[in-house]
Amino acid sequence: MRAINAGDFLYLLLAMRWTIMLSVIAFLGGGIVGVAIALMRVSQRRWLRWGAVGYIQIFQGTPLLLQLFLVFFGSDMLGMPLPPWFAASLGLSLNAGAFLGEIWRGSIQAVPRSQREAATALGLHYFTTMRKIIVPQAMRIATAPTVGFLVNLVKATSLAAIIGFIELTRAGQLINNATFHPFTIFSTVAVLYFLLCWPLTIASRKLEHRMAVAYNR
Amino acid sequence: MIRIPPWRCLTCRVSVIKTGKRRLDYTFHFVDVWTARDELLDGAWLTIRLSAVSMILSLLVAVVGAFGRTSGPKWVQRLVAAYVEFIRNTPFLVQVFVIFFGLPGIGIRLEANTGALIAMVLNGSAYTIEIVRAGIEAISHGQVEAAIALGLHRVQVFRKVVLPQALRAVFAPLGSQFILLMLNSSIVSVISADELTAAAQDIQSRTFRSFEVYIVTIGIYLVLSLSFSGVFALLNRAFFPRLEAR
Repeated sequence: MRAINAGDFLYLLLAMRWTIMLSVIAFLGGGIVGVAIALMRVSQRRWLRWGAVGYIQIFQGTPLLLQLFLVFFGSDMLGMPLPPWFAASLGLSLNAGAFLGEIWRGSIQAVPRSQREAATALGLHYFTTMRKIIVPQAMRIATAPTVGFLVNLVKATSLAAIIGFIELTRAGQLINNATFHPFTIFSTVAVLYFLLCWPLTIASRKLEHRMAVAYNR
Repeated sequence: MIRIPPWRCLTCRVSVIKTGKRRLDYTFHFVDVWTARDELLDGAWLTIRLSAVSMILSLLVAVVGAFGRTSGPKWVQRLVAAYVEFIRNTPFLVQVFVIFFGLPGIGIRLEANTGALIAMVLNGSAYTIEIVRAGIEAISHGQVEAAIALGLHRVQVFRKVVLPQALRAVFAPLGSQFILLMLNSSIVSVISADELTAAAQDIQSRTFRSFEVYIVTIGIYLVLSLSFSGVFALLNRAFFPRLEAR
């Protein structure tokens, strides 16, 4: 056992990079999955819609921790063990995809139906309609809830600590093992997470307010 | 070796995918999970109880908190708002660590399951306060004014007029919050509270059948969350029939 020093605090600050990195990777990965899920969810084909519903149900109806376990240990079983950072990124991306897919599905459906009908009447192809008419409008609606979801994603990356990826929470555990001042260390970790998440919460709230004002005019 | 009849063997061999040199060749052994089924069921039962108790306690905290947040003095409003913001912007895992490892440092020693319960209530009530508050703020101001005009005291107004309507409005989000709480409870396995995930980890460390154990456990969680959302939908329809249906 030793005392906590400035070096430990620096270590935590540096570990924040990995939390941020993991959040960014998971957001990009989740974004790709989410677009696919959202498009499947609003598709004309029933089997695509059902597939998306099943995917969302499974990922939103089970704990993220077990999803991470399954990716981490499951990859081992398949004979290609993934390093913790990759397993965490993959698991978080698949999970985020389900939530982002639902958010974006809602945004796509919030665009008035007549917009799509007009585009169809003008003879635009499905992808052109989506790209030029629906998605630009849906994106404005989706911004606030997407930023709000980012808060959840940053918090979710802490679970990567349990499968051994060294990010902020795991760094806190490691320092605690050496110094044993759990209250100080984990409170500091909590404050650091708060500093990451709170600006996002506020941004999301502001965006939401701006949207509400725009729609009430 | 124990001979298991083929129709009950719960073992299947997969050797299908061949990509280059790599070949998936794995025999699933669900037998080990089946043998430990009692442990999993006990874990699931504790998960349900833990979630239910913490949901009820958080709801109680939330009613008081939401009252303070909407109609308390300024400093109470600020305090509740700060609490809600802090809990909602930090990970549950870290909160569990602070409570379970941090509190003994200042002289409060907790048993694993108690620590888990306290963490879940502290976390859950922050979210529930926001839900109940939204319900309170959705009530039209005329209701409150009418109640005050009838000579009811401020607490009476809250208890008899505001709260019943607010709870009715937020029944559905409270149901989803319960399911989120239940899924989140898997995280308390890190302090070895013996709920479902901890039971799964226990079996895994004994049998090394990680994939089989975790896939079955995920299945149990899925069944739990689907059945609870079904139950809540039914309760919602039973308690609060639609106004137009009357």
